[in-house]
Amino acid sequence: MALVDIRGLTRIFDVSKPWLNRVVERRQKAFLTAVSDVSFDIAERSVYALVGESGSGKSTIGKMLVGLLPPSDGSVEIRGVDLARETDAAKVDAVRRDIQMIFQDPFASLNPRWRVRDIIAEPVAARGGETTGLAERLLEQVGLSARDAGKFPHEFSGGQRQRICIARALASEPKLIVCDEPTSALDVSVQAQVLNLMSDLKDTFGLTYLFISHDLTVVQHMADRIGVLYLGRLVEEADPEALFEDPKHPYTQMLLAAAPQLDNFGREVPPPTGEIPDPINPPTGCAFHPRCAIATSICSQKRPEMRLLRGARVACHLAE
Amino acid sequence: MSSPVLSIRNLTVEIPTRHGILRPVDGVSYDIAKGEILGVVGESGAGKSMAGNAVIGLLNPPAHISEGEIRVGETRVDNLSGEQMRRMRGKEIGMVFQDPLTSLNPLLRIGDQLTETMLAHLDISRSEAEKRAVAALEEVGIPGAAERVGSYPHEFSGGMRQRVVIALALCAEPSLIIADEPTTALDVSVQAQIISLLKKLCRERGTAVMLITHDMGVIAEAADRVAVMYAGQLAELGPVRDVLTAPHHPYTDGLMGSTPLASRGKDRLHQIPGAMPRLDALPTGCAFHPRCPQAQDQCRKTPGPRIEDGAGRVACWYPMTREAVA
Repeated sequence: MALVDIRGLTRIFDVSKPWLNRVVERRQKAFLTAVSDVSFDIAERSVYALVGESGSGKSTIGKMLVGLLPPSDGSVEIRGVDLARETDAAKVDAVRRDIQMIFQDPFASLNPRWRVRDIIAEPVAARGGETTGLAERLLEQVGLSARDAGKFPHEFSGGQRQRICIARALASEPKLIVCDEPTSALDVSVQAQVLNLMSDLKDTFGLTYLFISHDLTVVQHMADRIGVLYLGRLVEEADPEALFEDPKHPYTQMLLAAAPQLDNFGREVPPPTGEIPDPINPPTGCAFHPRCAIATSICSQKRPEMRLLRGARVACHLAE
Repeated sequence: MSSPVLSIRNLTVEIPTRHGILRPVDGVSYDIAKGEILGVVGESGAGKSMAGNAVIGLLNPPAHISEGEIRVGETRVDNLSGEQMRRMRGKEIGMVFQDPLTSLNPLLRIGDQLTETMLAHLDISRSEAEKRAVAALEEVGIPGAAERVGSYPHEFSGGMRQRVVIALALCAEPSLIIADEPTTALDVSVQAQIISLLKKLCRERGTAVMLITHDMGVIAEAADRVAVMYAGQLAELGPVRDVLTAPHHPYTDGLMGSTPLASRGKDRLHQIPGAMPRLDALPTGCAFHPRCPQAQDQCRKTPGPRIEDGAGRVACWYPMTREAVA
């Protein structure tokens, strides 16, 4: 059974101007659809990666999954419990215990006035758990030294701080960790250290990751299953091999062609055309049709449903 | 070979502090020829941006050039006065920075920013400058350039803004452009557009480009030659294909190994142990030796060899010897 079950997830933000401006300037209310009807499952002990460019809604999905944002429509079920609707407090509490999050910026996500020991033990201490020696043990597990527990965050480099964030996420012994761009702020050699650590911890503790990233090579390295987002919609979902060998959606194809590659010296490819459209006024039908090379009239009229195609799920009328 | 557009010899930048003198750039030498893109790559703190800032004379005091020589064309620029340097900037050397929003004046229409730059550096009339501003925007691929000259920077998307910055850097027809992480803040598809634009302009106009980035993929795709920096020093310099497929310096080798690659599948990534040393705590001998898998006694005692005259290949006592993949 899948650990996480996401069905028809939608999030709409009200980005209207204040009431007085709307009246004086005769403007309508404005709504931004950050996530639109997204459905997928995350299997236990797997890495599910969400990729997309800025504004594709990947972080919003992560926030809804951990319960930082309520969904506007649809549901997120974790082991059969819908955090936003479940009324049994005990069940909600049990599930919340199993979810942790790692953020992008290791400088902003640690309290500068707390010692590392307190930062790491906090998720357990907040529930009245036993924390003696916990921080020291976890620090060694993430490749730092037990002596670091008495230090403050500013004494560490970016990569070390991200290790502290990982140690904190592990403290409450979660099942699922949502990693929002965990290595985007790090240099490549440090990124390699952190990615290796995350793979090791996954095996040791039997973790499940939702891995959010814009970097295709990192995703390819980490993921068991990849979902590609465009303008808040899931356009393709496949295993890494299938996605990179045989991308089916025209957007995935464009994204793969645009990603810089180490073995393509002086490559001359026609760069992609256009940019991500305004999410307040998304295109009708398929959101990608204004930039799509193979779009026909149906693409601008009808939003494509997700369908199965050679082991992948793809939302395109024309993909074959 | 004609004389290079940019020639840096033994460039050293020093920052005096209470705890001694720091050298964020230490004895760096390289050339960039006409129409060539030199990629300068390294991790944060390697001194790549500092070297770029030294060339355009934008070092923040107390940082200063303590040794070495920088020539742009025939002119030596490292000892120019502030006023003389101000005339060089924009005219001979164009700049593109990472964040396009902060490099544009938010209160001026982009057309005015372009004409102002041209009037300051070129001997042309205002109406001629306005005509050229539209042409410059067309050249960098901004749709409806004639109408867009009246727009303010906030009305453009990130990718379009970076195009405006490139137009601004090119409008006085400089011979050298310094692009400091020009695509780092952009999405992959927009990054591909900007890289392709830089390559096209460079080829058509013969502009030399110093492309500073931490992204090996961008280097592989855009650069002709690459300079790898580590702790302020040049570790390796050479044609991009040779350096990336057959690195001679163990640091370059480590960097390539830690980059996730399609062909490597899901094996563990190679790790370089440790982190780049802080400038106030540089190890003796070769700066890389504490992290180097093949360090020997000589590496611990004697500073690594230098790449002199911008012609050498690797700054290592025991370089790895490999054949480049054809």
